Amino acid sequence: MATTTEKILARAAGQAKVEPGDNVWVDTDILLTHDVCGPGTIGVFKREFGQDAKVWDPEKVVIIPDHYIFTKDDKAHRNVDILRDFVKEQGLPYYYDVGTRDYRGVCHVALPQEGHVRPGEVIFGTDSHTCTHGALGAFSTGIGNTDAGFILGTGKLLVKIPPTLRFVLNGEKPEWVTGKDIILRIIGDIGVDGANYCAMEFVGETITAMSIEERMTICNMAIEAGGKNGIIHADEKTCDYVKARTDKPFEPQNGDLDAPVAMEKSYDVSSFVPCVAEPSLPSNYAPAGDRNDVKLTRAYIGSCTGGKITDFIMAAKILKGRKVSIDTFLVPATTTVAEGLMSETIDGVSLVEIFAEAGCLDIAPPSCAACLGGPADTFGRAQHEEVVISTTNRNFIGRMGSKQAQIYLASPLTAAASAVAGHITDPREMM
Amino acid sequence: MSEGDQIMRGKVYVLGDNIDTDQIIPAEFLNLVPTIPEEYRKLGARALAGLPDEMPPFVTDGNDKSEFSIVVAGRNFGCGSSREHAPICLGAAGINAVVAETYARIFFRNSVATGELYPLESAARLCDVFQTGDEAEIDLDSGIIVRTATGERFELKPLGPVAPVIDAGGIFGYARKTGMIS
Repeated sequence: MATTTEKILARAAGQAKVEPGDNVWVDTDILLTHDVCGPGTIGVFKREFGQDAKVWDPEKVVIIPDHYIFTKDDKAHRNVDILRDFVKEQGLPYYYDVGTRDYRGVCHVALPQEGHVRPGEVIFGTDSHTCTHGALGAFSTGIGNTDAGFILGTGKLLVKIPPTLRFVLNGEKPEWVTGKDIILRIIGDIGVDGANYCAMEFVGETITAMSIEERMTICNMAIEAGGKNGIIHADEKTCDYVKARTDKPFEPQNGDLDAPVAMEKSYDVSSFVPCVAEPSLPSNYAPAGDRNDVKLTRAYIGSCTGGKITDFIMAAKILKGRKVSIDTFLVPATTTVAEGLMSETIDGVSLVEIFAEAGCLDIAPPSCAACLGGPADTFGRAQHEEVVISTTNRNFIGRMGSKQAQIYLASPLTAAASAVAGHITDPREMM
Repeated sequence: MSEGDQIMRGKVYVLGDNIDTDQIIPAEFLNLVPTIPEEYRKLGARALAGLPDEMPPFVTDGNDKSEFSIVVAGRNFGCGSSREHAPICLGAAGINAVVAETYARIFFRNSVATGELYPLESAARLCDVFQTGDEAEIDLDSGIIVRTATGERFELKPLGPVAPVIDAGGIFGYARKTGMIS
């Protein structure tokens, strides 16, 4: 018996079985990098393997610039040039270049969207939120430039098999509870290091009933509890999603539900409520309805966690026919999401129109934008003592720019309701 | 850091729990590429620039090296991002070792893979014992950190299975030593 994580890693290591704690070399199916860590990764690759070295397999390298795109910062542009030159030199087929029709935006939304995430495979990415892709039954984790440079040359990485923590989620999810509320509740319970080094496996009828994008929101934040990866079994919904996006064959490696795990924790999701994570840790859980005293100056909807089309549909349901009372920043994760804002409608009104009528700021082009602060001219970057409610994943000191800003993490429903009220608000008041 | 540096002496900078990678190196400096030598030095100048303003300066203005060479911290040091700029900026600023109660996984891994610094774990909560500015001595062979002024000795946990990777100077050194790459 083995968990999904163990089955995938055993297969990638060419072994019949692996145990938590084993250190094994595994084969990489996809290496993902972006403009912030790609140049350093390329630097390590050339330093160690030589200026004329070739990557181990061009089909398995995916480069998605997304972090510092719409900025005047010279070095940010220089870094995209480094990616561009490398792609040309190596003949890499999967590069989503800035300023072209290929540009997509946030890598963790673009990677599955473009069919690069397949169940049973091993994905490494130079970004901690690479754990997102476990939502499709892949082993997927964040690594540094040096490990990524090593993979570029060899296709292999030495990994320690993580123990699995299993979260069993049952009960009917109320419509006001989202994937974000579920993961913030779990992180609140186990703490920001509660899953350190571990696989966080999410199972149960609530998960089965959830959309792929909502599953992605949950796995995306496994790292905020210290998790090595988040993982959800590949089911029919997963396979349909993947087959609609790629012709490449794949073999799901679903674990045994009775495989021994390091910890199992069960929840009745029907009792969950909309929540926030207060400054400055994602584990600072509070029910949204308990924090009406927190006055806000800004709302932000975007990022790999909360900038998908389903996130904007949730926000639009609240904002339709209402007005925001604070600056409300909208950053679709990818160009596909941006197109969805025009094509998706509620009662015949497009999301773009709903947001404009609600008084939101003009929708920004897709990128990571202010989720991680970034260069001083980044759209939505906190510059002073802003109090922000945000659908992003981190509320550390200075995370969105200014160290004086306060960041409250929330679902798109809670962020939208709070944008209307001007203070933290339980979205049930507007549903 | 080269092999054989088994004794490290220097000034200590003390931090608490959950020091995240945004505090270690704020994202606005991630436009710097660590493998470009001039930018590696600049990363050192920005090490710990994200700490709250009331904290004592880690690198003083106009310098790219810190007067401190050891960081002592609490639980979950380096949580957050996979940015390798985090251990690199500390190494570039002159930090030889971090001594924390526990580490976030990716920071630990990046410290080991790059060989930039020793990520050491203490058995006791040393961030409540040491004060910023204290002199300390770390003896890697005997697994001890000593507070110089008082002579107090504290145990460090063994490095375990990553010891051969650290001893080889990082993942490339280890892979060459074990014949994985030439």
